[in-house]
Amino acid sequence: MKGCQVSLSLADVKKVAMLARLQLSDTELERMTHQLGQIVDYVNQLAELDTESVTPLSHAGELVNVFAEDKPRPGLSRAEVLSGAPKQDDECYRVPAVLGE
Amino acid sequence: MNLLAASATDLVRLLESGDVSSVDLTRVFLERIKSCDTAVHAFASVTQEAALAQARELDELRAGGKPVGKLAGVPVAVKDVLCTKGQLTTCGSRMLASYAPPYDATVITRLRAAGAVLLGKTNMDEFAMGSSTETSFHGPTENPWDRQRTPGGSSGGAAAAVAASMASLSVGSDTGGSIRQPAAFCGVVGLKPTYGRVSRYGLVAFASSLDQVGPLASTAEDVALLLEVIAGHDERDSTSADLPVPSYGELLSEPLQGLRIGIVESHFAEGLDGEIEESVRRAVAIYEQLGATVHPVELPHSRYAIATYYIIASCEASGNLARYDGAHYGHRTDEGRMLEELAEERRLLVESGDADGAEQLDGPLVRMYRRTRAEGFGDEVKRRIMLGTYALSAGYYDAYYLKALKVRRRIRDDFDAAFQQVDVIAGPVTPTPAFPLGERTDDPLSMYLGDLYTVSANLAGIPALSLPCGLTASGLPIALQLQAPPFEEARLLRAAHQFQGETDWHTRRPSLVEES
Repeated sequence: MKGCQVSLSLADVKKVAMLARLQLSDTELERMTHQLGQIVDYVNQLAELDTESVTPLSHAGELVNVFAEDKPRPGLSRAEVLSGAPKQDDECYRVPAVLGE
Repeated sequence: MNLLAASATDLVRLLESGDVSSVDLTRVFLERIKSCDTAVHAFASVTQEAALAQARELDELRAGGKPVGKLAGVPVAVKDVLCTKGQLTTCGSRMLASYAPPYDATVITRLRAAGAVLLGKTNMDEFAMGSSTETSFHGPTENPWDRQRTPGGSSGGAAAAVAASMASLSVGSDTGGSIRQPAAFCGVVGLKPTYGRVSRYGLVAFASSLDQVGPLASTAEDVALLLEVIAGHDERDSTSADLPVPSYGELLSEPLQGLRIGIVESHFAEGLDGEIEESVRRAVAIYEQLGATVHPVELPHSRYAIATYYIIASCEASGNLARYDGAHYGHRTDEGRMLEELAEERRLLVESGDADGAEQLDGPLVRMYRRTRAEGFGDEVKRRIMLGTYALSAGYYDAYYLKALKVRRRIRDDFDAAFQQVDVIAGPVTPTPAFPLGERTDDPLSMYLGDLYTVSANLAGIPALSLPCGLTASGLPIALQLQAPPFEEARLLRAAHQFQGETDWHTRRPSLVEES
């Protein structure tokens, strides 16, 4: 099975750090490669189990289609929602420019 | 009467009879926190003024003959993972160091409605990821029984607060043992309820299919009292169960005659501390004296539980923690410095003729995310996000996440089969007693392996309870774990209560030196 019995490379970890939106220093990348490699080697033991015909269990409750009554009710005000934002202008969150570079 | 040593159930009586006022009782606990917590560090924040205001209000209600709730005036500590409106909710993370949510978690709403006096927020592993409360950015909590040792985690502050008599009741959360293991290390009772028994609305998410809020206290009776208050359906949490909440307190004394206890012999195999094995077997013998019968059962897939758990929990965590982006709330990197750094990197790449490198350089928004998250999260949280992101990334999903979900089904099927034969399963909570601070911080896998007896209950969604049942020769608490089928919390509490009627482990307290 793909992904099993293969420890991680530094390049893998760099790529994952980008996907996870984490900036890691070279020291961190090296340590992470070693530690994640150990953990991945450990969890690879699951490969020995035959689970071909098993239905995945994503949730212990296994509830389906829980609908709420379609009734408006008060929520948080915009001011409350924005209250924790590091940067905002009373209407929107402010972030560094995405366009126009 | 020593109010600090009284059970919450006793405190309710004393408050009802007017022998003590809520304000006086709150002051006693706040004083205790002041004298003890510089040493133990169980609290991340103490909300003294709000607690006294709440207590004053309750005293006035009572004086006016108005109805008050089930926990009116009882001091309660809450793990810093539950949102409290306008009060710091840090999750032990630098990311949320100054975060005050605009709303209360449903559990907090229920506690307030029941008249509980909220003393403050307890310390925890960052985002509840850890087994020792050492990953908290507030610094570690110490075990009140031996301050060189960890109180366990992630609800280490919650358990230590009860053990050191700084709160009579404590609310924690348990994703893979985070209530039961610290309860075991600190010599208190801790219950992880059935998945869906308690609302998760306002619980800061770690692994949404595993997280569950639950009570900690000195006695099973107090745990029952607190569970009755916090349990129940909540339309704001679609995974919460729409089932009535039993009167747990009234069911505590039903006889245990005929209770079938299952023992998994492989749980007593290599790796289990000898003193723990002895105490757990002695506890089971006490149940036999109370009329229970003991039967061997097997959970053949439980040896895969840790691998299954760390895949599922990390995958869910990597998604849940994507919300910490420096835009909506919480920490954000210094934007000016970030932009300067980015411009400098670009200049160097262009100068060296590396056009590809310059092309691939992060844009300002992506760099803001990456730096914010690098600064805001600690090592363990980064590791779990990385593991989860890796396991969910293209090409690995089937081998890891999907595989783990299938093994999870097998683990649940094992429990279903075992509970055809027995009413509860008894065993150890942890393979060792509380370990020394710092012992496992550099070796994440060894930290994970300590969770082998607790994670299965989360994967299967069943309730499980940690019950003090002994002390090691060096004076560290030992606990028994009891697991039951879904929504059979009453059975666990009844078994725990009657054990406490036969033994006095729950009355033992650490001889903590007070600093005054």
